[in-house]
Amino acid sequence: MSNLPHHDQAKWISQSVYEPLLSEKNMTEVSLEHVPLPSNLKRNSLTLPSLSEPEIARHYTRLSQMTYGVDSGPYLLGSCTMKYNPKFTEDVAVLPGCSIHPDREPHTIQGTLEILHTLQEHLATIGGMDAVTLQPPAGASGEFTGILIIRAFHESRGDFSRNEIIIPESAHGTNPASATLGGYNTVEIPSNGEGRVNIDALQAALSENTAALMLTNPNTLGLFESEIELIASMVHDMGGLLYYDGANLNALLGRSRPRDMGFDIMHYNVHKTFATPHGGGGPGAGPVGVISKLETFLPAPIVIKTTSGFDLFTPENSIGKVHGFYGNWLCLIKALAYILRLGDSGLLDASAKAVLNANYLGSKIQYEIPFRPFYHEFVASSGEQDAAEVAKRLLDYGVHPPTTKWPLIVSQALLVEPTESENKTTLDQIAASFNKISNEDQSTLKSAPNSTTVGKIDQATAARSPILSWHSLDPSL
Amino acid sequence: MTFSIPPDRQYSKSHEWVLVDSNNALIGITDFAQDELGDIVFIELPPLGEILIKDQIFGLVESIKAVSDLYAPLSGTILDINSTLEAEPEQVNDDPYDSGWILKIELKDLSEIKTLLTADEYGDQTN
Repeated sequence: MSNLPHHDQAKWISQSVYEPLLSEKNMTEVSLEHVPLPSNLKRNSLTLPSLSEPEIARHYTRLSQMTYGVDSGPYLLGSCTMKYNPKFTEDVAVLPGCSIHPDREPHTIQGTLEILHTLQEHLATIGGMDAVTLQPPAGASGEFTGILIIRAFHESRGDFSRNEIIIPESAHGTNPASATLGGYNTVEIPSNGEGRVNIDALQAALSENTAALMLTNPNTLGLFESEIELIASMVHDMGGLLYYDGANLNALLGRSRPRDMGFDIMHYNVHKTFATPHGGGGPGAGPVGVISKLETFLPAPIVIKTTSGFDLFTPENSIGKVHGFYGNWLCLIKALAYILRLGDSGLLDASAKAVLNANYLGSKIQYEIPFRPFYHEFVASSGEQDAAEVAKRLLDYGVHPPTTKWPLIVSQALLVEPTESENKTTLDQIAASFNKISNEDQSTLKSAPNSTTVGKIDQATAARSPILSWHSLDPSL
Repeated sequence: MTFSIPPDRQYSKSHEWVLVDSNNALIGITDFAQDELGDIVFIELPPLGEILIKDQIFGLVESIKAVSDLYAPLSGTILDINSTLEAEPEQVNDDPYDSGWILKIELKDLSEIKTLLTADEYGDQTN
């Protein structure tokens, strides 16, 4: 272990060291004498922190050292694809030309529209789709947009009876949530013994009520749905549509296109597959791609190329808007910057390394991996050990935990996605950490984490007696 | 792991226990159920006087791991609710068969009792 890199979290809180809140530092009374407001709108006194620039910089640097991010070390959160995001994309996003107010006439923002149009074209190429909307501000929002398009498509054909969406048990939880929010009943189908879609269960679930099947490929066990062409024809024969959840698209970049597998509609998690540091609730962007027969239902506006430049366009049967203006613009520009910098060969390399890294790591860890062969992520089982405790213990080794206890198909699941950004030395460190923990006793696991800024959190008390407002915080504690 | 299954009462397949006393019954969840759920943080129950219908959802239990529905093992009218659980839901974890009881009902149909499992039958189910 000693020659391997360490990614331990900086430890600043102890009984003698405390980083005060800004409001607890150097408060100064501000003079209100010359404030040009009517006296009835003025308060009697006002204190504000009075701090120098170095004090502010040190405060935030210190806070950043108390937590763990992908800039601190490996981040194995499976299906979330928490890969390192190259900093040049941030440089691009803060260029002055990228801070233009969106509420302007199209002829005055031709550069912005060209960027959006170029990204639409690249995403369409990557997915094999005919048209793309960039509006949805997250993956789940993309799913919901897709569901609305599916409904609009069926209803435009006078078909109002389809009220079911089929979802495999390994699906992301957002799939049934989006389908339900879109007014559909969800029909869950079990996996087969190999962790893939159970064809007999799909056959039994399909009916004239089927609006669509939502599928992630590779699925959340990291497995490629090898019978995808059969699945697609079964759904299409019943008059349903096939929806692709793009959360795992990074495994297939440049190698396989959802359209070629038979998918009609898909979302791209550009913050996972391309660039934008995410987690903690955003921001993200979830563009949606469709085949030509669904193009007319896309949200408005989409960007089109005309003889004189670029313009905004509302599709004839548009479902309307799903977000303000053009979507999460800064995420979109970072995605385009990433695609252009990597190019065809770079994107191919990214998917190759994502799969290679997962398989190398999988080959090095002692925990059982029940389902193979996997692509960019795998699900190991911690067996007799509690997966959540294994996860907490990993923090002591300077490794961010994988997703735990999900998917439910594997008991004590550890869903591990090392991503393409880690090198062999770091993967060896991760494997060594897993293997050490697999031989540790229960009391060591139960007390973890011990080396982090904050130790084991009492989740039960936090949920039983939640502090829901800053008014409840006593600064003297 | 072995779970406590007292022989003095009866059980439902959905992991509730029932202690019948003439026309009334005390209801709670089993040791196995509380262990599966983990630390319980909140229990939502209907008001006094509400009528439960056998096998239908009457409330929910929230733990740090999951939210789970409570199913009525028998039909009847709610006579009493364990109000301690509002502030101390952990009683269900600590003592599921005694201080962690959930509610008391007046039975509507005594013939339903024979549909419940004995302690032995419930034990076989959880093994």
